[in-house]
Amino acid sequence: MNISYLYSLIAVIVLALFAYVGSKFGGGEALFGIIFPLLAGLTFTVGFIYRIVDWARSPVPFRIPTTCGQQKSLPWIESACIENPTTTAGVVVRMILEVVLFRSLFRNTTCELKEGDKLAYRWEIWLWVGALAFHYAFFTVVVRHLRFFMEPVPVCLQFLETLDGFLQIGLPGLMLSGVVLLAAAVFLFLRRILTPHVRYISLASDYFPLFLIMGIAFSGILMRYFTKVEIVNVKAFTMGLVTLQPHIPDGIGGIFYVHLFLVSVLLVYFPFSKLMHLGGIFMSPTRNLTTDTRAKRHINPWNSPVKIHTYEHYEDEFREKMVDVGLPVDKMLEAQPPEAPEAPETPEAPEAPETPEVPEKPEVPAEPEAPEAPEKKE
Amino acid sequence: MPKKKMYDQGKVFAGLAIFVGLLIFPFLLNLGKAAPAPELKLSDKAKAAKECVESKAYMTAEHMQLLNEWRETVVRNAQRVYVNSSGKKFEMSLSNTCLDCHSEKAEFCDKCHNYAAVTPYCWDCHVDPKETM
Repeated sequence: MNISYLYSLIAVIVLALFAYVGSKFGGGEALFGIIFPLLAGLTFTVGFIYRIVDWARSPVPFRIPTTCGQQKSLPWIESACIENPTTTAGVVVRMILEVVLFRSLFRNTTCELKEGDKLAYRWEIWLWVGALAFHYAFFTVVVRHLRFFMEPVPVCLQFLETLDGFLQIGLPGLMLSGVVLLAAAVFLFLRRILTPHVRYISLASDYFPLFLIMGIAFSGILMRYFTKVEIVNVKAFTMGLVTLQPHIPDGIGGIFYVHLFLVSVLLVYFPFSKLMHLGGIFMSPTRNLTTDTRAKRHINPWNSPVKIHTYEHYEDEFREKMVDVGLPVDKMLEAQPPEAPEAPETPEAPEAPETPEVPEKPEVPAEPEAPEAPEKKE
Repeated sequence: MPKKKMYDQGKVFAGLAIFVGLLIFPFLLNLGKAAPAPELKLSDKAKAAKECVESKAYMTAEHMQLLNEWRETVVRNAQRVYVNSSGKKFEMSLSNTCLDCHSEKAEFCDKCHNYAAVTPYCWDCHVDPKETM
Protein backbone atom coordinates (compact mmCIF):
# COMPACT_ATOMS: atom_id res chain seq x y z
CA MET A 1 0.00 0.00 0.00
CA ASN A 2 1.15 3.50 -0.79
CA ILE A 3 0.77 5.75 2.22
CA SER A 4 0.46 8.83 0.00
CA TYR A 5 -2.93 7.91 -1.36
CA LEU A 6 -4.02 5.99 1.66
CA TYR A 7 -3.58 9.04 3.89
CA SER A 8 -5.29 11.30 1.37
CA LEU A 9 -8.23 8.93 1.07
CA ILE A 10 -8.55 8.65 4.84
CA ALA A 11 -8.34 12.44 5.18
CA VAL A 12 -11.21 12.96 2.73
CA ILE A 13 -13.34 10.27 4.35
CA VAL A 14 -12.74 11.75 7.80
CA LEU A 15 -13.65 15.22 6.53
CA ALA A 16 -16.85 13.89 4.96
CA LEU A 17 -17.82 12.03 8.13
CA PHE A 18 -16.97 15.08 10.22
CA ALA A 19 -19.43 17.16 8.19
CA TYR A 20 -22.10 14.43 8.15
CA VAL A 21 -22.01 13.85 11.88
CA GLY A 22 -21.26 17.46 12.82
CA SER A 23 -24.27 18.84 10.97
CA LYS A 24 -26.59 16.65 13.06
CA PHE A 25 -25.67 18.32 16.33
CA GLY A 26 -27.28 21.51 17.56
CA GLY A 27 -25.74 24.50 15.81
CA GLY A 28 -23.87 22.19 13.44
CA GLU A 29 -26.04 23.23 10.53
CA ALA A 30 -25.16 26.89 11.01
CA LEU A 31 -21.49 26.01 11.40
CA PHE A 32 -21.25 23.81 8.30
CA GLY A 33 -23.84 25.70 6.31
CA ILE A 34 -22.94 29.34 6.95
CA ILE A 35 -19.77 29.95 8.95
CA PHE A 36 -17.43 27.46 7.25
CA PRO A 37 -18.47 28.31 3.67
CA LEU A 38 -18.17 32.07 4.23
CA LEU A 39 -14.79 31.71 5.95
CA ALA A 40 -13.64 29.39 3.18
CA GLY A 41 -14.70 31.88 0.52
CA LEU A 42 -12.80 34.62 2.31
CA THR A 43 -9.68 32.46 2.69
CA PHE A 44 -9.85 31.53 -0.96
CA THR A 45 -10.09 35.13 -2.14
CA VAL A 46 -7.46 36.59 0.18
CA GLY A 47 -5.12 33.61 -0.23
CA PHE A 48 -5.42 33.71 -4.01
CA ILE A 49 -4.60 37.42 -4.17
CA TYR A 50 -1.72 36.94 -1.73
CA ARG A 51 -0.16 34.21 -3.85
CA ILE A 52 -0.53 36.20 -7.05
CA VAL A 53 0.99 39.33 -5.52
CA ASP A 54 3.79 37.23 -4.06
CA TRP A 55 4.55 35.84 -7.52
CA ALA A 56 4.32 39.28 -9.07
CA ARG A 57 7.01 40.43 -6.65
CA SER A 58 9.41 37.72 -7.70
CA PRO A 59 11.76 38.94 -10.40
CA VAL A 60 12.42 36.89 -13.50
CA PRO A 61 16.21 36.82 -13.91
CA PHE A 62 16.33 35.90 -17.58
CA ARG A 63 13.94 35.59 -20.45
CA ILE A 64 13.09 31.94 -20.00
CA PRO A 65 10.30 31.08 -22.44
CA THR A 66 10.30 27.49 -23.56
CA THR A 67 10.09 27.35 -27.30
CA CYS A 68 9.55 24.73 -29.91
CA GLY A 69 9.93 26.64 -33.12
CA GLN A 70 12.31 28.78 -35.08
CA GLN A 71 13.08 32.09 -33.43
CA LYS A 72 12.77 35.22 -35.49
CA SER A 73 16.14 36.03 -36.95
CA LEU A 74 16.99 36.80 -40.54
CA PRO A 75 14.10 37.86 -42.76
CA TRP A 76 14.53 34.94 -45.16
CA ILE A 77 14.32 32.35 -42.37
CA GLU A 78 10.73 31.47 -41.64
CA SER A 79 9.99 31.92 -37.94
CA ALA A 80 7.30 30.30 -35.81
CA CYS A 81 5.33 33.28 -34.54
CA ILE A 82 3.27 31.30 -32.00
CA GLU A 83 5.67 28.54 -31.00
CA ASN A 84 8.38 31.12 -30.56
CA PRO A 85 6.57 34.43 -30.18
CA THR A 86 8.56 37.60 -30.60
CA THR A 87 5.57 39.90 -30.30
CA THR A 88 2.98 40.44 -27.57
CA ALA A 89 0.24 39.37 -29.98
CA GLY A 90 2.04 36.07 -30.48
CA VAL A 91 2.31 35.60 -26.73
CA VAL A 92 -1.40 36.31 -26.29
CA VAL A 93 -2.32 33.70 -28.89
CA ARG A 94 0.08 31.23 -27.31
CA MET A 95 -1.35 31.86 -23.83
CA ILE A 96 -4.94 31.48 -25.02
CA LEU A 97 -4.12 28.17 -26.69
CA GLU A 98 -2.31 27.06 -23.55
CA VAL A 99 -5.12 27.99 -21.18
CA VAL A 100 -7.99 26.82 -23.35
CA LEU A 101 -6.50 23.75 -25.06
CA PHE A 102 -3.51 22.76 -22.84
CA ARG A 103 -1.34 22.86 -25.93
CA SER A 104 1.93 21.99 -24.23
CA LEU A 105 0.35 18.93 -22.65
CA PHE A 106 -0.87 17.90 -26.08
CA ARG A 107 2.75 17.46 -27.11
CA ASN A 108 3.38 15.06 -24.26
CA THR A 109 5.61 12.14 -25.21
CA THR A 110 6.63 9.04 -23.37
CA CYS A 111 9.83 7.12 -23.80
CA GLU A 112 10.25 3.41 -23.31
CA LEU A 113 12.62 0.60 -24.12
CA LYS A 114 11.45 -1.61 -26.96
CA GLU A 115 12.79 -5.03 -27.82
CA GLY A 116 14.98 -4.87 -24.78
CA ASP A 117 17.39 -2.08 -25.57
CA LYS A 118 15.83 0.19 -28.20
CA LEU A 119 14.78 3.54 -26.81
CA ALA A 120 11.54 4.66 -28.42
CA TYR A 121 9.53 7.85 -28.02
CA ARG A 122 5.81 7.78 -28.42
CA TRP A 123 3.14 10.48 -28.50
CA GLU A 124 1.19 10.13 -25.25
CA ILE A 125 -2.22 11.73 -25.58
CA TRP A 126 -4.25 10.24 -22.74
CA LEU A 127 -3.09 12.61 -20.06
CA TRP A 128 -4.13 15.49 -22.30
CA VAL A 129 -7.52 13.91 -22.98
CA GLY A 130 -8.11 13.21 -19.28
CA ALA A 131 -6.99 16.66 -18.20
CA LEU A 132 -9.09 18.42 -20.83
CA ALA A 133 -12.18 16.36 -19.96
CA PHE A 134 -11.62 16.96 -16.25
CA HIS A 135 -11.13 20.72 -16.50
CA TYR A 136 -13.98 21.36 -18.90
CA ALA A 137 -16.36 19.16 -16.92
CA PHE A 138 -15.39 20.93 -13.71
CA PHE A 139 -15.81 24.32 -15.35
CA THR A 140 -19.26 23.38 -16.65
CA VAL A 141 -20.30 22.07 -13.25
CA VAL A 142 -19.17 25.28 -11.55
CA VAL A 143 -21.00 27.44 -14.08
CA ARG A 144 -24.13 25.30 -13.78
CA HIS A 145 -24.09 25.87 -10.02
CA LEU A 146 -24.54 29.59 -10.66
CA ARG A 147 -28.26 28.82 -10.96
CA PHE A 148 -28.28 28.59 -7.17
CA PHE A 149 -26.83 32.08 -6.85
CA MET A 150 -29.06 34.03 -9.19
CA GLU A 151 -32.73 34.82 -9.24
CA PRO A 152 -34.04 34.97 -11.90
CA VAL A 153 -31.72 32.52 -13.58
CA PRO A 154 -30.35 33.90 -16.85
CA VAL A 155 -31.36 32.16 -20.06
CA CYS A 156 -27.76 31.29 -20.95
CA LEU A 157 -27.49 29.10 -17.83
CA GLN A 158 -30.71 27.32 -18.70
CA PHE A 159 -29.37 26.80 -22.19
CA LEU A 160 -26.15 25.35 -20.79
CA GLU A 161 -28.15 22.97 -18.64
CA THR A 162 -30.23 21.87 -21.61
CA LEU A 163 -27.03 21.29 -23.56
CA ASP A 164 -25.44 19.41 -20.67
CA GLY A 165 -28.47 17.15 -20.32
CA PHE A 166 -29.24 16.74 -24.01
CA LEU A 167 -29.17 12.95 -23.83
CA GLN A 168 -32.36 13.12 -21.68
CA ILE A 169 -31.48 10.01 -19.75
CA GLY A 170 -33.77 9.40 -16.80
CA LEU A 171 -35.33 12.00 -14.58
CA PRO A 172 -33.93 14.20 -13.10
CA GLY A 173 -32.10 14.45 -16.42
CA LEU A 174 -28.56 13.15 -16.45
CA MET A 175 -25.97 15.92 -16.63
CA LEU A 176 -23.02 14.81 -18.72
CA SER A 177 -20.57 17.16 -17.01
CA GLY A 178 -21.08 15.51 -13.63
CA VAL A 179 -20.44 12.04 -14.99
CA VAL A 180 -17.42 13.16 -17.04
CA LEU A 181 -15.99 14.99 -14.02
CA LEU A 182 -16.15 11.93 -11.80
CA ALA A 183 -14.91 9.61 -14.55
CA ALA A 184 -11.99 11.90 -15.45
CA ALA A 185 -10.97 12.31 -11.80
CA VAL A 186 -11.02 8.52 -11.40
CA PHE A 187 -8.98 8.15 -14.60
CA LEU A 188 -6.38 10.67 -13.43
CA PHE A 189 -6.17 8.83 -10.12
CA LEU A 190 -5.80 5.43 -11.78
CA ARG A 191 -3.10 6.86 -14.03
CA ARG A 192 -1.21 7.89 -10.93
CA ILE A 193 -1.36 4.51 -9.26
CA LEU A 194 -1.13 2.22 -12.27
CA THR A 195 1.79 3.79 -14.12
CA PRO A 196 4.86 2.89 -12.04
CA HIS A 197 6.94 5.96 -12.79
CA VAL A 198 4.01 8.32 -12.22
CA ARG A 199 3.23 6.57 -8.94
CA TYR A 200 6.86 7.02 -7.94
CA ILE A 201 6.65 10.82 -8.20
CA SER A 202 3.11 11.16 -6.79
CA LEU A 203 2.70 12.65 -3.36
CA ALA A 204 -0.14 13.03 -0.92
CA SER A 205 -0.63 16.55 -2.28
CA ASP A 206 -1.39 14.99 -5.67
CA TYR A 207 -3.89 12.47 -4.38
CA PHE A 208 -5.67 14.65 -1.85
CA PRO A 209 -7.22 17.14 -4.33
CA LEU A 210 -8.24 14.24 -6.58
CA PHE A 211 -10.04 12.46 -3.75
CA LEU A 212 -11.56 15.72 -2.61
CA ILE A 213 -12.97 16.45 -6.07
CA MET A 214 -14.16 12.85 -6.40
CA GLY A 215 -15.92 13.28 -3.05
CA ILE A 216 -17.54 16.52 -4.18
CA ALA A 217 -18.67 15.05 -7.49
CA PHE A 218 -19.90 11.86 -5.83
CA SER A 219 -21.90 13.63 -3.12
CA GLY A 220 -23.39 15.95 -5.74
CA ILE A 221 -24.45 13.06 -7.96
CA LEU A 222 -25.82 11.23 -4.93
CA MET A 223 -28.00 14.22 -4.04
CA ARG A 224 -29.27 14.87 -7.52
CA TYR A 225 -30.12 11.36 -8.65
CA PHE A 226 -30.43 9.18 -5.58
CA THR A 227 -31.15 10.70 -2.18
CA LYS A 228 -33.00 13.65 -3.77
CA VAL A 229 -32.22 16.74 -1.75
CA GLU A 230 -35.04 19.29 -1.76
CA ILE A 231 -33.71 21.61 -4.40
CA VAL A 232 -35.99 24.56 -3.69
CA ASN A 233 -34.79 24.63 -0.08
CA VAL A 234 -31.18 24.43 -1.23
CA LYS A 235 -31.68 27.37 -3.50
CA ALA A 236 -33.39 29.35 -0.74
CA PHE A 237 -30.34 28.61 1.40
CA THR A 238 -27.74 29.65 -1.20
CA MET A 239 -29.73 32.76 -2.06
CA GLY A 240 -29.65 33.57 1.65
CA LEU A 241 -25.86 33.35 1.51
CA VAL A 242 -25.44 35.63 -1.50
CA THR A 243 -27.98 38.16 -0.29
CA LEU A 244 -26.10 38.16 3.03
CA GLN A 245 -29.23 37.11 4.93
CA PRO A 246 -28.14 33.57 5.72
CA HIS A 247 -30.61 31.14 7.18
CA ILE A 248 -30.86 27.40 7.47
CA PRO A 249 -33.90 25.89 5.79
CA ASP A 250 -35.31 22.54 6.88
CA GLY A 251 -35.18 19.32 5.03
CA ILE A 252 -31.63 19.46 3.73
CA GLY A 253 -29.94 16.19 4.54
CA GLY A 254 -26.48 15.41 5.84
CA ILE A 255 -25.17 14.67 2.34
CA PHE A 256 -25.69 18.31 1.44
CA TYR A 257 -23.45 19.38 4.31
CA VAL A 258 -20.83 16.84 3.27
CA HIS A 259 -20.93 18.31 -0.24
CA LEU A 260 -20.75 21.88 1.03
CA PHE A 261 -18.02 21.14 3.55
CA LEU A 262 -15.83 19.36 0.99
CA VAL A 263 -16.23 22.37 -1.31
CA SER A 264 -15.24 24.63 1.60
CA VAL A 265 -12.17 22.47 2.23
CA LEU A 266 -11.29 22.68 -1.46
CA LEU A 267 -11.59 26.47 -1.36
CA VAL A 268 -9.37 26.73 1.71
CA TYR A 269 -6.85 24.26 0.31
CA PHE A 270 -6.78 25.93 -3.09
CA PRO A 271 -4.48 28.93 -2.60
CA PHE A 272 -1.88 26.91 -0.69
CA SER A 273 -1.53 24.00 -3.06
CA LYS A 274 -0.77 23.00 -6.60
CA LEU A 275 -4.32 23.95 -7.51
CA MET A 276 -3.02 27.52 -7.70
CA HIS A 277 -2.06 26.70 -11.28
CA LEU A 278 -5.40 28.37 -12.02
CA GLY A 279 -3.71 31.70 -11.38
CA GLY A 280 -0.16 30.51 -11.93
CA ILE A 281 -0.62 29.63 -15.59
CA PHE A 282 -0.94 33.33 -16.35
CA MET A 283 2.22 34.12 -14.40
CA SER A 284 4.48 31.42 -15.84
CA PRO A 285 7.51 33.04 -17.47
CA THR A 286 8.16 30.03 -19.69
CA ARG A 287 4.85 30.80 -21.40
CA ASN A 288 4.18 34.51 -21.12
CA LEU A 289 7.44 36.08 -22.23
CA THR A 290 8.38 37.07 -25.73
CA THR A 291 11.48 35.48 -27.20
CA ASP A 292 13.09 38.68 -28.38
CA THR A 293 16.34 37.97 -26.57
CA ARG A 294 18.35 38.67 -29.69
CA ALA A 295 16.65 41.98 -30.30
CA LYS A 296 16.30 43.39 -26.80
CA ARG A 297 18.45 43.28 -23.73
CA HIS A 298 16.77 41.83 -20.67
CA ILE A 299 18.29 43.20 -17.50
CA ASN A 300 18.06 41.03 -14.44
CA PRO A 301 15.63 42.95 -12.24
CA TRP A 302 17.23 41.77 -9.02
CA ASN A 303 20.46 43.48 -9.85
CA SER A 304 19.97 45.82 -6.94
CA PRO A 305 21.83 49.16 -7.12
CA VAL A 306 25.40 48.40 -6.01
CA LYS A 307 27.06 51.06 -3.86
CA ILE A 308 30.11 52.06 -5.82
CA HIS A 309 33.00 53.99 -4.30
CA THR A 310 35.07 55.12 -7.25
CA TYR A 311 38.73 55.97 -6.96
CA GLU A 312 37.80 59.56 -7.67
CA HIS A 313 35.57 59.74 -4.61
CA TYR A 314 38.11 57.82 -2.57
CA GLU A 315 40.76 60.33 -3.41
CA ASP A 316 38.44 63.23 -2.66
CA GLU A 317 37.91 61.78 0.77
CA PHE A 318 41.53 61.11 1.62
CA ARG A 319 43.47 63.50 -0.57
CA GLU A 320 44.89 65.54 2.24
CA LYS A 321 46.06 62.51 4.15
CA MET A 322 47.51 60.99 1.01
CA VAL A 323 49.37 64.13 0.22
CA ASP A 324 50.69 64.31 3.75
CA VAL A 325 52.18 60.84 3.67
CA GLY A 326 53.49 61.41 0.16
CA LEU A 327 51.15 59.09 -1.72
CA PRO A 328 50.55 59.95 -5.36
CA VAL A 329 47.24 61.67 -6.09
CA ASP A 330 45.61 62.42 -9.44
CA LYS A 331 44.15 65.71 -8.41
CA MET A 332 46.13 68.26 -6.45
CA LEU A 333 44.77 69.96 -3.41
CA GLU A 334 43.32 73.17 -4.85
CA ALA A 335 45.12 72.14 -8.01
CA GLN A 336 46.58 74.75 -10.26
CA PRO A 337 44.52 75.57 -13.36
CA PRO A 338 46.92 73.91 -15.85
CA GLU A 339 46.72 70.54 -14.11
CA ALA A 340 42.94 70.59 -13.67
CA PRO A 341 41.99 69.19 -17.10
CA GLU A 342 43.59 65.92 -16.14
CA ALA A 343 41.20 65.43 -13.27
CA PRO A 344 38.25 63.93 -15.22
CA GLU A 345 40.45 61.04 -16.21
CA THR A 346 41.08 60.07 -12.64
CA PRO A 347 38.88 56.96 -12.60
CA GLU A 348 41.55 55.38 -14.70
CA ALA A 349 44.11 56.33 -12.11
CA PRO A 350 45.79 52.96 -11.78
CA GLU A 351 46.97 53.26 -15.36
CA ALA A 352 50.69 53.15 -15.61
CA PRO A 353 51.47 56.18 -17.80
CA GLU A 354 50.01 58.59 -15.30
CA THR A 355 51.80 57.36 -12.27
CA PRO A 356 55.23 58.68 -13.13
CA GLU A 357 53.79 62.15 -13.17
CA VAL A 358 52.06 61.86 -9.87
CA PRO A 359 55.04 61.61 -7.57
CA GLU A 360 55.96 65.09 -8.62
CA LYS A 361 52.60 66.46 -7.73
CA PRO A 362 52.77 66.18 -3.96
CA GLU A 363 55.68 68.53 -4.06
CA VAL A 364 53.83 71.12 -6.03
CA PRO A 365 50.83 71.65 -3.74
CA ALA A 366 53.11 71.77 -0.78
CA GLU A 367 54.19 75.22 -1.77
CA PRO A 368 50.88 77.03 -2.31
CA GLU A 369 48.84 75.09 0.20
CA ALA A 370 51.48 75.06 2.86
CA PRO A 371 49.34 76.61 5.58
CA GLU A 372 46.80 73.80 5.52
CA ALA A 373 48.99 70.79 5.25
CA PRO A 374 51.10 71.23 8.36
CA GLU A 375 47.99 71.68 10.48
CA LYS A 376 46.77 68.22 9.64
CA LYS A 377 50.14 66.73 10.35
CA GLU A 378 50.20 67.84 13.92
CA MET B 1 8.92 40.67 4.76
CA PRO B 2 10.87 43.46 3.12
CA LYS B 3 8.82 45.43 0.70
CA LYS B 4 9.67 44.23 -2.74
CA LYS B 5 8.82 45.76 -6.06
CA MET B 6 5.91 44.32 -7.98
CA TYR B 7 6.52 43.57 -11.63
CA ASP B 8 3.92 44.16 -14.36
CA GLN B 9 1.66 45.81 -11.82
CA GLY B 10 -0.91 46.96 -14.35
CA LYS B 11 -1.44 43.51 -15.83
CA VAL B 12 -1.44 41.73 -12.47
CA PHE B 13 -3.98 44.10 -10.96
CA ALA B 14 -6.17 43.88 -14.04
CA GLY B 15 -6.15 40.09 -13.76
CA LEU B 16 -6.90 40.20 -10.04
CA ALA B 17 -9.71 42.68 -10.64
CA ILE B 18 -11.32 40.26 -13.10
CA PHE B 19 -10.88 37.41 -10.63
CA VAL B 20 -12.41 39.29 -7.69
CA GLY B 21 -15.12 40.67 -9.95
CA LEU B 22 -16.16 37.15 -10.97
CA LEU B 23 -16.20 36.04 -7.34
CA ILE B 24 -18.31 38.85 -5.97
CA PHE B 25 -20.55 39.22 -9.01
CA PRO B 26 -23.35 37.02 -7.58
CA PHE B 27 -23.22 39.08 -4.38
CA LEU B 28 -23.43 42.38 -6.26
CA LEU B 29 -26.19 41.08 -8.47
CA ASN B 30 -28.32 40.20 -5.47
CA LEU B 31 -27.45 43.26 -3.43
CA GLY B 32 -30.39 44.29 -1.29
CA LYS B 33 -32.64 41.68 -2.83
CA ALA B 34 -34.24 38.71 -1.22
CA ALA B 35 -35.25 35.57 -3.03
CA PRO B 36 -37.16 33.34 -0.63
CA ALA B 37 -38.43 29.96 -1.73
CA PRO B 38 -41.69 30.27 -3.66
CA GLU B 39 -44.93 29.27 -2.00
CA LEU B 40 -47.10 26.91 -3.94
CA LYS B 41 -50.72 27.73 -4.48
CA LEU B 42 -52.91 24.67 -4.40
CA SER B 43 -56.20 24.68 -6.23
CA ASP B 44 -59.37 24.08 -4.22
CA LYS B 45 -59.70 20.62 -5.64
CA ALA B 46 -56.18 19.70 -4.62
CA LYS B 47 -56.77 21.08 -1.14
CA ALA B 48 -59.94 19.07 -0.79
CA ALA B 49 -58.23 15.86 -1.90
CA LYS B 50 -55.58 16.41 0.83
CA GLU B 51 -53.19 13.87 -0.62
CA CYS B 52 -51.73 13.33 -4.08
CA VAL B 53 -51.29 9.87 -5.55
CA GLU B 54 -48.54 9.30 -3.00
CA SER B 55 -47.43 11.14 0.15
CA LYS B 56 -46.34 14.74 -0.09
CA ALA B 57 -42.70 13.98 0.77
CA TYR B 58 -42.56 11.25 -1.87
CA MET B 59 -44.13 13.48 -4.48
CA THR B 60 -41.75 16.39 -3.81
CA ALA B 61 -38.71 14.19 -4.22
CA GLU B 62 -39.83 11.65 -6.80
CA HIS B 63 -42.59 13.21 -8.93
CA MET B 64 -40.35 13.41 -11.98
CA GLN B 65 -39.42 9.77 -11.69
CA LEU B 66 -43.03 8.78 -11.17
CA LEU B 67 -44.09 10.70 -14.27
CA ASN B 68 -41.30 9.07 -16.22
CA GLU B 69 -42.47 5.61 -15.12
CA TRP B 70 -46.06 6.51 -15.97
CA ARG B 71 -45.07 7.58 -19.44
CA GLU B 72 -43.17 4.39 -20.07
CA THR B 73 -45.89 2.07 -18.76
CA VAL B 74 -48.57 3.85 -20.76
CA VAL B 75 -46.68 4.27 -23.99
CA ARG B 76 -44.80 0.98 -24.03
CA ASN B 77 -47.12 -1.38 -22.14
CA ALA B 78 -50.49 0.30 -22.75
CA GLN B 79 -51.10 -0.07 -19.03
CA ARG B 80 -53.06 2.93 -17.75
CA VAL B 81 -53.86 2.10 -14.15
CA TYR B 82 -51.58 3.08 -11.29
CA VAL B 83 -51.98 1.44 -7.91
CA ASN B 84 -50.43 3.52 -5.17
CA SER B 85 -48.81 2.36 -1.95
CA SER B 86 -52.14 2.29 -0.11
CA GLY B 87 -53.91 0.33 -2.86
CA LYS B 88 -55.81 3.24 -4.39
CA LYS B 89 -56.17 3.26 -8.19
CA PHE B 90 -55.44 6.19 -10.50
CA GLU B 91 -55.40 6.72 -14.20
CA MET B 92 -51.84 7.35 -15.35
CA SER B 93 -52.26 10.61 -17.18
CA LEU B 94 -50.53 13.93 -16.84
CA SER B 95 -53.30 15.90 -18.48
CA ASN B 96 -56.27 14.08 -16.95
CA THR B 97 -55.04 13.11 -13.50
CA CYS B 98 -52.27 15.51 -12.49
CA LEU B 99 -53.59 18.61 -14.16
CA ASP B 100 -57.12 17.81 -13.01
CA CYS B 101 -56.24 18.79 -9.46
CA HIS B 102 -53.19 20.94 -10.14
CA SER B 103 -55.08 22.96 -12.69
CA GLU B 104 -52.92 26.04 -12.31
CA LYS B 105 -49.65 25.09 -13.99
CA ALA B 106 -48.20 28.57 -13.54
CA GLU B 107 -48.99 28.53 -9.82
CA PHE B 108 -47.95 24.97 -9.17
CA CYS B 109 -45.42 23.45 -11.59
CA ASP B 110 -43.74 26.54 -12.88
CA LYS B 111 -43.10 28.24 -9.58
CA CYS B 112 -40.54 25.77 -8.31
CA HIS B 113 -39.21 24.85 -11.74
CA ASN B 114 -38.47 28.47 -12.56
CA TYR B 115 -36.92 29.10 -9.16
CA ALA B 116 -34.58 26.11 -9.49
CA ALA B 117 -34.09 26.73 -13.23
CA VAL B 118 -35.43 23.33 -14.21
CA THR B 119 -36.94 23.01 -17.67
CA PRO B 120 -38.94 19.80 -17.77
CA TYR B 121 -39.64 18.53 -21.23
CA CYS B 122 -43.20 17.46 -20.33
CA TRP B 123 -44.49 20.48 -22.16
CA ASP B 124 -42.69 19.65 -25.38
CA CYS B 125 -45.62 17.29 -26.07
CA HIS B 126 -48.29 18.02 -23.49
CA VAL B 127 -50.15 21.27 -23.38
CA ASP B 128 -51.64 23.19 -20.56
CA PRO B 129 -55.09 23.97 -21.96
CA LYS B 130 -55.21 27.29 -20.14
CA GLU B 131 -52.00 28.52 -21.71
CA THR B 132 -53.10 27.67 -25.21
CA MET B 133 -56.37 29.53 -24.91
